[in-house]
Amino acid sequence: MKILRFKERLYKWIFTILAFASLFFLMGIVLVLVKESLPIFQKVNFFKFIFGRSWYPTYNPAEFGILPLILASIWVTLGAVVVCVPLGVGSALYLNELAGRRQKAVLKPIVELLASIPSVVFGFFGVVILTPLLQKVFHLPTGLTALNASIILGVMATPTVCSIAEDALNYVPNAFREASFAVGATRWQTLTQVIIPAAGSGIATAIILGMSRAIGETMTVLMVAGGSAVIPHTFLEPVRPMTAAIAAEMGEAPMGGSHYHALFAIALILFVITFIFNVIAEIISRSFRVKLGLSG
Amino acid sequence: MDNKIKMQAKNVDFFYGKNQALKNVNLNVYANKVTAMIGPSGCGKSTFIRLFNRMNELVAHTTLKGKILLDDLDINSPLVDAVDIRKRVGMVFQKPNPFPKTIFENISYGLKVNGIKDKAFIEQKVEDSLKKAVIWAEVKDRLNDSALKLSGGQQQRLCIARCLAVETEVILFDEPCASLDPISTAKIEELILELKKDYSIVIVTHNMQQAARVSDYTGFFLLGELIEFGKTQDIFTAPKDKKTEAYITGRFG
Ligand SMILES: Nc1ncnc2c1ncn2[C@@H]1O[C@H](COP(=O)(O)OP(=O)(O)O)[C@@H](O)[C@H]1O
Ligand SMILES: [Mg+2]
Repeated sequence: MKILRFKERLYKWIFTILAFASLFFLMGIVLVLVKESLPIFQKVNFFKFIFGRSWYPTYNPAEFGILPLILASIWVTLGAVVVCVPLGVGSALYLNELAGRRQKAVLKPIVELLASIPSVVFGFFGVVILTPLLQKVFHLPTGLTALNASIILGVMATPTVCSIAEDALNYVPNAFREASFAVGATRWQTLTQVIIPAAGSGIATAIILGMSRAIGETMTVLMVAGGSAVIPHTFLEPVRPMTAAIAAEMGEAPMGGSHYHALFAIALILFVITFIFNVIAEIISRSFRVKLGLSG
Repeated sequence: MDNKIKMQAKNVDFFYGKNQALKNVNLNVYANKVTAMIGPSGCGKSTFIRLFNRMNELVAHTTLKGKILLDDLDINSPLVDAVDIRKRVGMVFQKPNPFPKTIFENISYGLKVNGIKDKAFIEQKVEDSLKKAVIWAEVKDRLNDSALKLSGGQQQRLCIARCLAVETEVILFDEPCASLDPISTAKIEELILELKKDYSIVIVTHNMQQAARVSDYTGFFLLGELIEFGKTQDIFTAPKDKKTEAYITGRFG
């Protein structure tokens, strides 16, 4: 009897510790990021750092303006949205509203499989197939461009968007569908005027999480975005998103130097951006459950 | 019979997959009368009533044999569109299911999907429908509030108003009071009696008093079979079948 109770308490503790472990990791990461990025702001003014238009970390004197990197990240992310929203939301609508049960049983795992392909494979695909294609079609000096990265990131974010949007559509109670059909609405009217508005904030959540996946993706952009740290003017130019800058330069930046600290600062900013994305997604998806009368 | 037949089920068998839910059901729905269907849970009442507006089509892997007629029109004929049937045969569900839209939009939706664009007409129709469903007084000052803020009884009357706005010929009620309090229930029963002037009504209920109070005809279902069908008065005072008698005297179900 006593042993049993001891065991039970032990289990409880173990699981409590495990549950809090990720919180500790998160706090640890934030602490390290903050601590390692602070020194750069003693050298460079925070606003100059963010809005500076030149990123020449290895020149003498070095320039630490990350606006080109931020813009590159924003560009490829928005480009990815243009690709992944129609693909992801469209396939979610198809899976949920049109596909039969058997089709769905085949298609959904395939979409999810797409999510499990390592990003280096996507990057490889971009380099080998998309790059020469873009180069030819647009007559470019190089096919490694923001467009290339946008397309690949968009495809990569599609499973995230599709699977979350599909969940959102699944949450829409069947009663709404029936109510709509019962007053003589067609399938299309039901879809566009009842189901999509009801699932709207859930779909918005899906899109934001897809964006957060795209902006944080490193390997692919490192391989296909082209890597040039200048402010982009068109999608057909090479760009260097924040993640690519960190990954490419970390190895060559002398530890403890300004460049090193600047890269940590970029990571911190990236972390803050994805954090904001996720908080927004969480807020929206909560209001979504409330709106549908599901538990808040 | 003295009455005009509005809808008719002829030799209806219905299957969910291989499970037979209805067995050779024959039943008439008379014009401007209330037809009640009673029977214990799971005996096929919902399945049956949902055949009258082709709602079971939304369920995968089902098979229907036999015919459902609406004024002599075979509603399942390949030439007939379910959407057109549902414009003539409306439905109120067991659980109130207003859309997550405003009160106004809940009513106007049915008009809009039917192609009506005239704003003034829609506004008038929304008001009329809400009045007919006896909920106007409670909502007239907050037509732009979310319908989900209403109480259960109000939501159900809103759903009835939504159905009325479409001006169908038949209204199907599937246990409309199952989740409501006695006062709301009384209001809806009163409403059904009122609506009978303009509509043919079918109501499923497992509340026998309710069937006795509101209906002109009653059908008793058991395990997918229509055991007995006739004038409500006869079914309740002089049932022909032993099983009907046992059910209405409360010996099972
Ligand atoms: N969507 C469905 N899929 C499979 N079987 C169903 C479905 N709906 C109802 N049934 C079955 O059909 C039978 C009749 O159900 P139903 O028509 O809901 O009865 P009632 O409304 O009288 O309670 C039950 O055995 C039930 O399990
Ligand atoms: Mg039922």
